[in-house]
Amino acid sequence: MMKRTHAATTLVSLAVASTLILSGCTPSAGGNAGSTTAPVSQADIDKAMQTPTTLTFWTWVPDIQQEVDLFEAKYPAIKVEVVNVGTGTVQYPKLRTALKAGKGAPDVAQIEYQYIPSFRQTNSLVNLQPYGGDELKSKYVEWVWNQVADDKGVWSVPQDSGPLGNLYRSDIYSAAGLSQAPATWADFASDAQTIKDKTGSYISNLPGNDPGQIVGLFWQAGAKPFSYDGDKTVGIDLDSAATQKVVKFWQDLIDKDLVSTDADFNDAWYQGFSSDKYASWQTAAWGPVFLQGTAANTSGKWTAAKIPQWNAGDDVSGNWGGSSDAVITGTKNPIAAAEFSKFLNGDAESTLTFANKQFLFPTTTDTLTSSDFTGQASEFYGGQKVNELFAGVSDTVSTDFQWLPFMDYVYSSFNDTLGTAIADKADMSSALTAWQDAVVAYAKQQGFTVK
Amino acid sequence: MSAAPPLRRTPPSRASSASARRSTIRRPQLFAAWALIVPFLIVFAAMFLVPLGYAGYLSTFTSQLVGGEVFSGLANYSRALQDPSFWAGLGRVAMFLFVQVPIMLVIALFIALALDTGRVKGGKFVRLAIFVPYAVPGVVATLMWGYLYGTDSGLIAQLFRAVGLDAPTLLSPQNILGSTMNIVSWEFIGYNMIVLYAALRSVPTEMYEAAEIDGAGAWRTAWSIKIPAIRPAIMLTIIFSVIGSFQLFNEPNLLYSIAPNAIGSDFSPNLYAYNVAFKNQDINYAAAIAFLLGFLIMIISYVVQLATARKERLS
Repeated sequence: MMKRTHAATTLVSLAVASTLILSGCTPSAGGNAGSTTAPVSQADIDKAMQTPTTLTFWTWVPDIQQEVDLFEAKYPAIKVEVVNVGTGTVQYPKLRTALKAGKGAPDVAQIEYQYIPSFRQTNSLVNLQPYGGDELKSKYVEWVWNQVADDKGVWSVPQDSGPLGNLYRSDIYSAAGLSQAPATWADFASDAQTIKDKTGSYISNLPGNDPGQIVGLFWQAGAKPFSYDGDKTVGIDLDSAATQKVVKFWQDLIDKDLVSTDADFNDAWYQGFSSDKYASWQTAAWGPVFLQGTAANTSGKWTAAKIPQWNAGDDVSGNWGGSSDAVITGTKNPIAAAEFSKFLNGDAESTLTFANKQFLFPTTTDTLTSSDFTGQASEFYGGQKVNELFAGVSDTVSTDFQWLPFMDYVYSSFNDTLGTAIADKADMSSALTAWQDAVVAYAKQQGFTVK
Repeated sequence: MSAAPPLRRTPPSRASSASARRSTIRRPQLFAAWALIVPFLIVFAAMFLVPLGYAGYLSTFTSQLVGGEVFSGLANYSRALQDPSFWAGLGRVAMFLFVQVPIMLVIALFIALALDTGRVKGGKFVRLAIFVPYAVPGVVATLMWGYLYGTDSGLIAQLFRAVGLDAPTLLSPQNILGSTMNIVSWEFIGYNMIVLYAALRSVPTEMYEAAEIDGAGAWRTAWSIKIPAIRPAIMLTIIFSVIGSFQLFNEPNLLYSIAPNAIGSDFSPNLYAYNVAFKNQDINYAAAIAFLLGFLIMIISYVVQLATARKERLS
């Protein structure tokens, strides 16, 4: 296998080299796909950014043209073709197919944090270290940076994130005689009973189809279910004391019929918000604006709060969602592609536009502390400065959470194990064990060494 | 995009048939036949045989994320035969075959016979109304039914509540198979009805007159004359439905977004193969599952045809 990869690499480099020779290009304009090389000099960058180039960019961010326009205004020689091939899990199979076919892959692609290892594993991401990747570190929130970089390289540039908070209906809470959001999960459980008794609403809903949310809750509880060394070794610890604690907590509420288990992001669920079925949603920083569009008739009745804590006095959160823009191996213009990704997610105007126009929760410390962002008062939340609250939460996310290089499988097997147990109100604890076993079996079958 | 308008292009068949006529005058029909069939054969080979062969080739390899591809012979097939997910999916489509297909075809046949008697008022309208669901794309149909089935705000649940009953949970794991059967029946009753109705219209009316003279009533005529007369059409609808049930994919795939946990990743063998290929990234194993399913469909279609052929010989 090693031999074969080696042969393939040689072939590719030969092909690249001969193309370069034949077309009379200087090697600095292309080549070095994936492998680490010497840093690119400023002269090389200047040259590349003045050479007429067209970049293809796969993304599903709506109206991203406005940020792309900012880039094109700064670098008139570079044209960026924005292509939306589908959201997240729709895009990845297409990207993999294009990569396997050896053509049709974009220069830059949007990739969610949890899928970065899977594209790293197939050597599909260009290490940005030679392109000034390391210098970016200080610009981004620490936990976010750790999602895209490790000691072996910088694999992508963070675009947005989703630290967890708690959005709750202050009107339902006060109808139940509760004056504030639960500070701890124990408070949450007792509030759940009060709210159900006094108002008939569920305090919350735990979907059986959304591994992202429950993994975010695991993250907040201090669990480290996944690890990956970037090569062949993975760690799978889905069935741990921390995850069992989370699962048992929700099991209790579900068994007492204090939490519903509807599938999320579909019509019935949207209506649950506008019809007072759910009194709160433990969601990510992108949640507040999303909810605004979903339950417009409840405007002014919501309040944003921090996520309840496992230990009183703590202040820790997890993350749910967020994505980055990676340079894809095989690009003929790695410099321009890297500069584009860095500009899009690093330039002050571009990141602020993302935050205020597309409501992508920022990842740069500059934007997170910018008063243009945090100062926005939201009518839907009764005039609360929701961004300010979530900007504070971002600093409390545990910094060393990792993913497996096959999250597609991890998430689809969630639906068949723990997710089904949630939806059927069955035994979640043993389902968690079944999930662990399924993921371990898959990892071994795929040839990984499981720690 | 810059292609010339198709009218101006010379069809390749004309050139080849012209040269064929010059070389052999003896059997021009044969060459005309070839000329007509070759375009089809080319497309058939390129779009069907080659991909099929490639899938067969892929299914004999095992690929791992770490370790790459190695030739593994029939290992994927034996893995599929021991895979509970594959069998669970097959079990569900077998239920489809033995429950949904008979119900659907009996209803279609009944409507076709009723329309054929000419006693149904507004027969043309009824025919169209029953056929229309087939014209609705399966995607739209499934989404529409998904809304009707909704537990909180679905129309069916609302109707139950309006008369003071507990709303049925049509999207729960226990009921989802029945709910899917209902969607598929709704979609295909009209199609099967039209096939059967068309066959009924081509039965010579003299036979009915003769039956009437012999004193046969409408039921007797239907049972003893009409149904035997359209047996080939009935067989056709059965074969199509058998194949259709084994290939169940669209409906569960779309219901997945509404009832993810009830559908799961292995509701039908096709859906399972799809998930194995694109979520588990195991294209080789998916190819093996698809091939195995193809074999099963072939065997079952053959058995169905054999059974009817024997029946026809006997009668």
